[in-house]
Amino acid sequence: MQSIGDQIRARLPYQRRNAASFALLIFAMVLTLSAFAEVGLARDGMIPGGLVVYGGGLAVLAFIAYFVQLRFTPYADPLLLPLAVALNGLGLAMIYRLDLDTSADRKIALAAGKEILKDAADAPNQLMWTFVGIGLFVAAVLIMRDTDKTDAPLSFTPKTAQRYTYLIGLSALMLLMLPIVPGIGAEINGARVWIRVGGFSVQPGEFAKLLLVVFFAGYLVNKRQAMSLIGKKVGPLSLPRARDLGPIMVIWFFCLGVLFMQKDLGTALLFFGLFVSMLYIATQRVSWVFIGIGLLAMGVFVATLLPFMGHVNQRIDIWQNPKPYFDGGCLLESGKVVPVNPNTEIYKKFDAQDAISPGASACAELGGTYADSAQLMKGLYALGQGGVLGTGLGQGEPWRTPLSFSDFIFDSMGEELGLTGLMALLLIYALIVQRGMKTAVAARDPFLKLFAGGVSFVLALQVFVIVGGVTKLIPLTGLTTPFLSQGGSSLMANWILIAILVRMSHDARKPAPQAIQDEGMTQIVSTR
Amino acid sequence: MSPFTLTLIKLAFLAVLWLFVIAAVGVIRADLFGSKAATRAAQRAAQPEPSRARQPRQSRQSRQSRQSSEPRNAQQGAPTKLVVVQGERAGTVIDLTGVPITIGRANDATLVVTDDYASSRHARLYAQDGQWIVEDLGSTNGTYLGRTKVSRPMPVPPGVPVRIGKTVIELRK
Repeated sequence: MQSIGDQIRARLPYQRRNAASFALLIFAMVLTLSAFAEVGLARDGMIPGGLVVYGGGLAVLAFIAYFVQLRFTPYADPLLLPLAVALNGLGLAMIYRLDLDTSADRKIALAAGKEILKDAADAPNQLMWTFVGIGLFVAAVLIMRDTDKTDAPLSFTPKTAQRYTYLIGLSALMLLMLPIVPGIGAEINGARVWIRVGGFSVQPGEFAKLLLVVFFAGYLVNKRQAMSLIGKKVGPLSLPRARDLGPIMVIWFFCLGVLFMQKDLGTALLFFGLFVSMLYIATQRVSWVFIGIGLLAMGVFVATLLPFMGHVNQRIDIWQNPKPYFDGGCLLESGKVVPVNPNTEIYKKFDAQDAISPGASACAELGGTYADSAQLMKGLYALGQGGVLGTGLGQGEPWRTPLSFSDFIFDSMGEELGLTGLMALLLIYALIVQRGMKTAVAARDPFLKLFAGGVSFVLALQVFVIVGGVTKLIPLTGLTTPFLSQGGSSLMANWILIAILVRMSHDARKPAPQAIQDEGMTQIVSTR
Repeated sequence: MSPFTLTLIKLAFLAVLWLFVIAAVGVIRADLFGSKAATRAAQRAAQPEPSRARQPRQSRQSRQSRQSSEPRNAQQGAPTKLVVVQGERAGTVIDLTGVPITIGRANDATLVVTDDYASSRHARLYAQDGQWIVEDLGSTNGTYLGRTKVSRPMPVPPGVPVRIGKTVIELRK
């Protein structure tokens, strides 16, 4: 692991790329402001007043972040900050556009007698969370020190976390379990992944994600050699000893168990992928990838057999054939799907009885399991409406999809920016992940290598799971789209992730300390 | 606002979005291959003071006559890269930018060699007056330039092997 990084270091005398970073940051601001301008021009025929507040607010924050990066991590990767700002800005523009209270769209649609879903897109709130997120980025960059400065008092480097591996693993587990605790846990949209803290709802899973990366990295860095060298050979695969694999498996099983109890399959899939990929990075054995895929297939198979995991079966059914479930469908024991949408008699019967969820009650009477694929299908219609070039920002009707501002923001983007815009968005994600992986390769410390590799992979996998879900490539599971989705927890966690990568890339790319005095064997080395 | 104008605005926004992506990729491209400005700055740094001051319109003859007594400058083939030709790191190439290069087992060396016969701070290469000088930093097993032991800083001509433990490096143009 060491030698590849050193070779790349040796090849590239890294330079400060602050001018490039600054230029890209300005470009990202231009992009955000033009998105706001386009929304305003399309909707009201003039540049919106929100441009000053939202665009200006984001610009001020982004430039503060830039100057902190310039001052404290001058050798940091030039792309990370501008790309994150661009995604955050585009997400903010989209949420501003969906925040229908600020627009004439709602009145027009109501006048035309169209049905409007009660949305909760909240642009001022999202801007507030952007403030908090970038504030955390600045704080994290300021607090964390370079790894070679451990002698300073109260020094906290990304490597400090290695000392508290097990504590961090446990706290990740605790965070995941918080939503189950009665009193502070809250169930929103069918998944119990939220806690309420003083009026705000926080999703602790987003932070547990980062802590779990630290735990896996800290554990595997000590055990990777034992794991890849000692073990039984079973056919073409070599399995590590139980004592090497044990602790990590225990934590991982606990995590998955908690997530299954919360019905949060997206995060479960994310953690599973993280686990497999970090084993692969640490041991450099391809066999882990196959073991991982095998375990996943087995897990899905077992889940479809278990009676209380019935909705897994149904989720797969919806994924393969969503149409019968549109606006409510009922999967009977025989495997037949009976529609219970508002046009059916049985639905009307329960509706007349003022049932809270007429579809579900109707389905219970029929003796099947109820599900609704309207969200997925409306998202797909939105993508179809967008086509190659999209309808243009502010000109589509993305609010028709439920949760168009959070889980389905990618479909909203697809409707208004088209395939062309989505490809650009995916490329921006790919670039962030590539820079993260580059940081991992350039890092000298094995723990930091695993850490950087893990956080980059988790970002990539999260984008894959949610984008694949809303585009019907894989079964839909709820996850946030990093930086785009509305939501404070996701923004905060992802900005901390970027701060960690910025600090580590500065650490990896800065030149080696130079001798300041030529004294033969006794050298005084400057650490700055 | 007419639909035509809105279509134009829509296309313009997509163009800006893609230009942003292309600009970001451009920054990485420069990271991989080095930007032109950085290469020029590196060349300037590697070039010695006197040769930079020298007038470019000097006749070729006088240039060549001076060359015999003076070190060769960048245009006429000062080494531009350091190549590891033998040892564990064989095949590694380091661009010479004028920044001193340290070789040894220590983690902060420019070229880290994992070799039992090398010291942690074994040798140093630095540019002086347009040529690269090798200096032994008091290593246990010594540094060899060609077949001579390096006991004091010695200029390294391109193509002459420098042996450090089991590692052999060469400067190339």
